[in-house]
Amino acid sequence: MKPASTPAARPGVIVPRAGRPSPAARFQDWLPRLVLSPSIAISLFFVYGFMLWTFILSLTSSRMLPSYEFVGFAQYARLMTSDRWWVASTNLVVFGGLFVAICLVLGLLLAILLDQRIRQEGALRTLYLYPMALSFIVTGVVWKWLLNPGLGIQAMVRGWGFENFRFDWLVDPDMAVYTLVIAAVWQASGFVMALFLAGLRGIDDSILKAAQLDGASLPRIYWRVVIPCLRPVVFSAVMILSHIAIKSFDLVVALTGGGPGYASDLPATFMYAHAFTRAQIGLGSASAMLMLGGVLAILVPYLYSELRSRRHG
Amino acid sequence: MDNVIRRRTIGARVARFSLYAVLILAALFYLMPLVVMLITSVKPLEEITPGTLLSLPREPTLAPWVKAWGEACTGMRCEGVGGYFYNSIAIVVPAVLISTAIGALNGYALTKWRFKGSELVFALMLFGCFIPFQVVLLPMAQTLGWLGLSSSRAGLILVHVVFGIAFTTLFFRNFYVAVPTELISAAKLDGAGFFRIFWRILLPVSAPIVVVSVIWQFTQIWNDFLFGVAFSAHDTQPVTVALNNLVNTSTGAKEYNVDMAAAMIAALPTLVVYVLAGKYFVRGLTAGSVKG
Amino acid sequence: MHALTPFPLFRKTLLGLTVAAAMSTAQAGEVEVLHWWTSGGEAQAVGVLKDLVEAEGHSWEDFAVAGGAGDSAMTVLKSRAMSGNPPSAAQINGPEIQEWGELGLLGNLDEVAEQGDWDELLPDVIADMMRYEGNYVAVPVNVHRVNWLWANPEVLEDAGVELPTSWDEMFDIGEQLREAGYVPLAHGGQPWQDATVFESLVLSLGGSDFYRKAFVDLDVETLESDTMIEALQTFKRLRDLMDEGMPGRDWNLATSMVINGDAAMQLMGDWAKGEFIAAGLEAGEDYVCSPVPGTESDFIFNIDSFAMFRVTEPEAQEAQQTLARLVLEPEFQEAFNKVKGSIPARPDLDMSEFDSCAQQSLEDFEQARDGDTLVPSMAHRMAMNSDVQGAFFDIITNYFNSAEMTAEQAAERLARAAEAAG
Repeated sequence: MKPASTPAARPGVIVPRAGRPSPAARFQDWLPRLVLSPSIAISLFFVYGFMLWTFILSLTSSRMLPSYEFVGFAQYARLMTSDRWWVASTNLVVFGGLFVAICLVLGLLLAILLDQRIRQEGALRTLYLYPMALSFIVTGVVWKWLLNPGLGIQAMVRGWGFENFRFDWLVDPDMAVYTLVIAAVWQASGFVMALFLAGLRGIDDSILKAAQLDGASLPRIYWRVVIPCLRPVVFSAVMILSHIAIKSFDLVVALTGGGPGYASDLPATFMYAHAFTRAQIGLGSASAMLMLGGVLAILVPYLYSELRSRRHG
Repeated sequence: MDNVIRRRTIGARVARFSLYAVLILAALFYLMPLVVMLITSVKPLEEITPGTLLSLPREPTLAPWVKAWGEACTGMRCEGVGGYFYNSIAIVVPAVLISTAIGALNGYALTKWRFKGSELVFALMLFGCFIPFQVVLLPMAQTLGWLGLSSSRAGLILVHVVFGIAFTTLFFRNFYVAVPTELISAAKLDGAGFFRIFWRILLPVSAPIVVVSVIWQFTQIWNDFLFGVAFSAHDTQPVTVALNNLVNTSTGAKEYNVDMAAAMIAALPTLVVYVLAGKYFVRGLTAGSVKG
Repeated sequence: MHALTPFPLFRKTLLGLTVAAAMSTAQAGEVEVLHWWTSGGEAQAVGVLKDLVEAEGHSWEDFAVAGGAGDSAMTVLKSRAMSGNPPSAAQINGPEIQEWGELGLLGNLDEVAEQGDWDELLPDVIADMMRYEGNYVAVPVNVHRVNWLWANPEVLEDAGVELPTSWDEMFDIGEQLREAGYVPLAHGGQPWQDATVFESLVLSLGGSDFYRKAFVDLDVETLESDTMIEALQTFKRLRDLMDEGMPGRDWNLATSMVINGDAAMQLMGDWAKGEFIAAGLEAGEDYVCSPVPGTESDFIFNIDSFAMFRVTEPEAQEAQQTLARLVLEPEFQEAFNKVKGSIPARPDLDMSEFDSCAQQSLEDFEQARDGDTLVPSMAHRMAMNSDVQGAFFDIITNYFNSAEMTAEQAAERLARAAEAAG
C-alpha cells in the first residue's frame, strides 16, 4: 500500500465539519447499505424466496408442474417410507464421511510432503490441483471407462497377465458408492492440499525452530506443533468439502447414473429424478427441504464460529 | 525448515528418495484420467480396444479433434462443440466480471463500512453458497419466464451472477477483513468517500483475491451443466451441454476418440487457467480466504 | 441469433401482433422440435421429417437433448414450460400427453385431423392416446413393438445353436454361446432397459390378460402372484447370460455388441433395428428378429408422438399444423419408419417396401388388436403414470442388481407400490 495514494496526503480534500452531518455525509453513510441492497434483494428473493417456494411446494400434491393443492406433510411421510430415499441418505453419510476424511488426510499428507523444499514444486502442485478445474461432465466419461471392468483398469491389469485381478466396484451394488468416493477424492483432494499448503506457509518458522532445538523428531513436530496450527484450515476445508458432498450431482449422473439399480443414489439425484423425470414435484420438494436441513446443520455452527471469531478479531 | 531432512546420511537419502517416489506416484494418480483422455483423443478408432487404455497411439491423428470441434453429430446437428464453445464464453465472461465486481463491493462494504446488522447481512448472503441448485431449478425457470429471459444467454448470465455473488462476497470479505482499518479510518477522516477509498486503497491491493474470485467463478460457471441444460435453447447451450449431448449420442460404434477430444476441448479453458494462474490461486488463498 | 435479444418473448408478441393485423395467408414459420432421437438411426429418421417441413417453406429448429431415454429432454421441457416458453412441438408419449393436456398447455390439432381423417386412419388404441378431452393434441409418429429378440445369425451358427423359442432353450444355448466365447445376451444396465426386458418376460410367462392386470390395472393380487414371482426369478437368471460391463451401458451400444459379433442376442424394442439399418445390415440375413419367446401372438406397443404446444403467432401455428399433417403423410411414415425400425402409425400403407421384421410386426399388430392381445408398454410410459412407473423401475432394477432381494420380496414391493398409487 502506498500511503501517497491515500487521500490523507492530498491537499484540497473537503473535510466535513464536526456537528450536524451534511446531506453529502449522510449520503455517504447510507452508501454502503445502498451498494449492498441489490445483493440483499437478490439473496432474499432468489435464495430465501425460492426456499420458501420449495417449502410450499413440498406441502402440495404437485405432480408434473407446480399446483397449489395442499396436502400437509403427506409428502414427507411418503419420503420416510421410501426405500430409495433411505438408500440415498445412507449413501450420503457413507460417501460424505469417506470423501471428507480421505481428502483431509491425503491433502494434508501431500501438503506436508510438498513443503519439504521439493524441486519442481510448482509443477507437482499444478498436477494435484488441476482436477478441480474439470467438471465431471468432462471427466465422467473417462472415469466410467477406467472403472468399467470390461474396458478399464481391470481389463488392463488382466492384460498384463494377472488373470484373477478384480476391480469391479462400479458394477457391484454394495461397492458402487465407493467409486464415487474415488472420483470425488481425485477431484477435490488437490484443492485441499492447496489450502493446507497455504496454511503451512503461514506458520511462523520460529515455532518450528524452537521445537527443533528441543530435539523433537520431525513427525513429532508435525503432530504436536504444526497440525494444531492448521486447525482453522481444517475447519474451512471440512466446510467446503461437506458442501461439495451434499451438492454432488454431476458426479453421480456421469459415473454411475445412480446405479446399479439405485444403489449409488444420493439425495441430490433423488430430488432431481423425482421432481423432473417422475412428475412428483411435491415429493421432490420435500426431499429438497430435508437436504436443506442437512446443509443448515453444517452451516449454522460454521456461521456461528465465523461470526464469533470476527468479533474477537 | 531448511535442512530438516537434508542431513547427508544414507537414511536421509532413502527418505528423500521415497519422498519423491510418493509425490510422483500421487502425480500419476491425478494425471491418469487426463492422460487417458489425451491419448484416446488422438487414436484412430480401431486402436481403441479393451485393456489398451494407456498404450500410446501407433498412428496418432488429429482427426478426432477436428471432428469434435466442427463435425460431430448430435441428432441432426453435425456441428461439433465449437459453436457452443463461443456460447460458453459469451455467458462466462460477463457473469464472472459482474459477480466479481459485485462481490468486491459487497466485501468492502461489509468490512470497512460496518453498520448495525452488517454481520447478519453477510450471514444471510453466505447461505447462498450452500443452497443445492436442484432446489431452485423450477422457481428459477418461472422467474426467468416472468423476466422474459428464458432460454437466452442473458438469462443464464443472470442465474450465474445471482448464485455466484455469495461466493465472491465471501472471498472478498475474508480478504478485506485483513486489510488494516486504520488506513481507511484516516481516509474517512480526510473526507474521502465510499468509492474513492475503494478505488484508491482497497482495489490496488486486491489482485490476489481478484484472481481467486475470477478463477473460482470461471471454473464454476464454465463447468456448469445443470443450469445450462435447464435454461438454454438449442442455440444458447453452453459447451458442457453440447458435450453431454455428444457423448450420449452415438451412431453405430461409439467414437470414444471423438468423445474424448470433445471433452478435452470443453476442458481446455479451465485447464489453461489453472495451469497458468494456479500459482496465484494458491497465493490468493494464502492471502486471505483461508482464514477460518 | 435472436437469442441475443434480451426480450425474445416481448419481441415475438410484437411481431405476432403486427403480422396478425397485416395478413392471414400462409407464411413461413418456425417449429422448434424438442426430442431425444439422437442416436444414428434415430437422427437419420427425424431428418426426413425436417426435410419435408423445410420443403414446405417452414424452418425447423432442432432441439435434441440426449441422454437417459428422454429424462434430460423432459427436464428441459418442464423448465421451458414453467418459464412460459415451451417449444412448439415436443416428443411426449402415452399418458403424459393427458398430463400436459390437464395443464392446459397443448394446442389443438382438430382441423388437421379432420382434413386428414385421422379418426378413420388411426387405430382406436392410438387415436385415444392422441386426444385430450376429445380433441387431438398430438400426432402419432410410429408404433414400436417392445417384445423383440434380436440376434446375430453368424454368432449363433458359430456356436452351433438355433434361435431360442422358449426360456429353457434360451438358458441352454446361453451356456453353449458362453463356451464359444460370446456374450449370450447384450444388455445395458439402465433402469428402463431392465424394465424393458422384464415386461417381455411378464408377458411371456403370464400372457396378455395377466400383463394388463399387473401393469395397467395395478392389481395387487396379480402383482404378488406366483406367476409374477416366476417371472422375476427368470428375469434374474438372465443375468447369467449378460456380461459384467453392462451397468450404465446405452442400449445402442448393447446393439453394437450384437452387430459386431461380440454378443449373440439382445432383448430390445424394434428401435434396435434402426441401429442395424444404420450399420448397413440386411434383415433376415445379417441379423434376425423374432418375438420374445412365448409372446408370438402378443404385442407390447410403444408409440412415439409429437405433442403440440399452444402457440400464438399465426406463422408458428401454420408451421405447427404443417408439421402435424406431414407426420402422417405416407411419404414421411414410410421413410421414417424404415429407418427407425418401427411400423407406421397408420396401418393402411403398402408394406412391401419394408423389411421382413417390419412386415411381421404389422401383421402381429393387427392380429393382436383383433385378438385383444395388444398391451401398452410399462417400461416406456405407455401403461401407467410416471410416478407409479418410477416406483416400479426402482423395484425392478434394484431387484435385478441386488444379491439379497428375493423374488418374493420384489413382488411384494411391487404390490405395495401399486397400492400406494391407489
